[in-house]
Amino acid sequence: MISLKQVSKRYDSGKDALLNVSFELASGELTFLTGHSGAGKSTLLKLIMLIEKPSSGQMLVCGQNIALIPRSAIPYHRRQIGMVHQNHHLLFDRTVYDNVALPLLIAGFPPRDTGRRVRAALDLVGLLDKENLNPITLSGGEQQRVGIARAVVNKPAILIADEPTGNLDPELSAEIMDLFDQFSQVGTTVLIATHDHGLIDRYDHRLITLHEGQLLSDGFGGAAQ
Amino acid sequence: MNQPAAAPKRGATTATTTWRHRFDRYREHHSDVAFDSLRRLLAAPLGTLMTLLVIGIALSLPAGLFVLLKNAQAVSEGWEGGAQISLYLRSTVTETEARALVDEVAARVDVQRVDYISREQALKDFQRQSGLGDILAGLDENPLPTVLVVFPAQADFNAADKLRTDLAKKDGVETAQLDAQWVQRLYAMLDLAQRLVQALAASLALAVLLVIVNTVRLAIESRRDEILIVKLVGGTDAFVRRPFLYTGFWYGLGGSLLALVLVTGVLAWLQGPVRTLADLYHSSFRLTGLGLEAVLLLVAAAVLIGISGAALAVRQHLREHEPR
Repeated sequence: MISLKQVSKRYDSGKDALLNVSFELASGELTFLTGHSGAGKSTLLKLIMLIEKPSSGQMLVCGQNIALIPRSAIPYHRRQIGMVHQNHHLLFDRTVYDNVALPLLIAGFPPRDTGRRVRAALDLVGLLDKENLNPITLSGGEQQRVGIARAVVNKPAILIADEPTGNLDPELSAEIMDLFDQFSQVGTTVLIATHDHGLIDRYDHRLITLHEGQLLSDGFGGAAQ
Repeated sequence: MNQPAAAPKRGATTATTTWRHRFDRYREHHSDVAFDSLRRLLAAPLGTLMTLLVIGIALSLPAGLFVLLKNAQAVSEGWEGGAQISLYLRSTVTETEARALVDEVAARVDVQRVDYISREQALKDFQRQSGLGDILAGLDENPLPTVLVVFPAQADFNAADKLRTDLAKKDGVETAQLDAQWVQRLYAMLDLAQRLVQALAASLALAVLLVIVNTVRLAIESRRDEILIVKLVGGTDAFVRRPFLYTGFWYGLGGSLLALVLVTGVLAWLQGPVRTLADLYHSSFRLTGLGLEAVLLLVAAAVLIGISGAALAVRQHLREHEPR
């Protein structure tokens, strides 16, 4: 689903954010991505989302070489990927429902489908009763779940999360990890960037570790560290 | 099993979104966006009104000048082809000779018509028009010559001037005068004024464009987060652009309507004095408004400027979000 071959990203400043990174993520696989801050986690997520382009190497997402995706096709590329952001990136000028419905509105879904899907997504994250509230009135954990609902409402093939449990207590973190587990079980490729080792240690998932832009290790659970 | 409802379902999930549905949804989305843009503008009435006033005033200047110019042209229209040649005959020329000259001149192909004004007729006209009847009555002799007024067949000034030269050589003609120079000058001035109005219109159109670019840029700035999120969840450039294009559309429409109100108001204000002036000149002239064509042109141009300004502003912003 995601495949990197000797992928590098050098910024205009001359800094190598990623250097010859290679790995593959299969369909339905749940993977942690870790490393110190500045190790290249965010850059890697940005490459997958095509917020940035790789400087060299070959990178396939959903079977497409992302370097060859024209600018006009980038939005359609992003619709295949749901992203959960550390700072939630919610819009406080509209309701929870409208926040979650945004990807469907953009993709041009008919209204009755939209309602059904939005409520299904909100039900999944346990926020069905909050659909008419403004997200600013919600707690951090609830806002994070709204962000997750928005990321999955379009049934993306890939779900990527940037520090999804960053500001949450262990109990909430566990709930959110359960959600990600559910998605991967139905075939979604899930990639979670985190430096929360407590979280990583609790699960026996594949772990990719970056160090200074290079792939340090790629293996399972605590054994990989 | 409890399968997550929002989990990916492989297969034709887009099969239900047929083209028909897509089109309906698209149209619905457009009207939603249009009204949302309008709502946002009305939510900040003072700022919106200020911008609309700037646009309205900028547009009303060329529109108002255009109306005045159009009216000036309408006034001078009666003088179109007003070029006429006055042949003042020597006092020795008899009426029979003068009548013969009228026939001769009228027979020319480049002459449309010749009016004969006898010395007596000229004196009567002069007495009536000048109000100097009593003084003229005291004169022993009629000082006025016989006049032949020649109307050239062509309105063209050069042709008329050539005709004048020809006629000046005729026997019995003391002076041949072409009364067209002032018409020429007036037309030249109106041409110049028209050019000036066009130049002013162009520069003010540019000013309106810049006002809209700047205003929309501020609107973009205030929705920066929203644009970022829309781009991240797969919004196309067109989707991002749309609300701002409608903002530009509303500014153009509102500004041009305001300009129409201003121009109409000023015209109504001028109508009274113009009527008085026209009456003093025994003229039935009345100011005319912009006319439907000009109104439509003004509104269409303003809307186009609004949309273009917004497109420029959004383009600039979207460029910053391109992946490198």
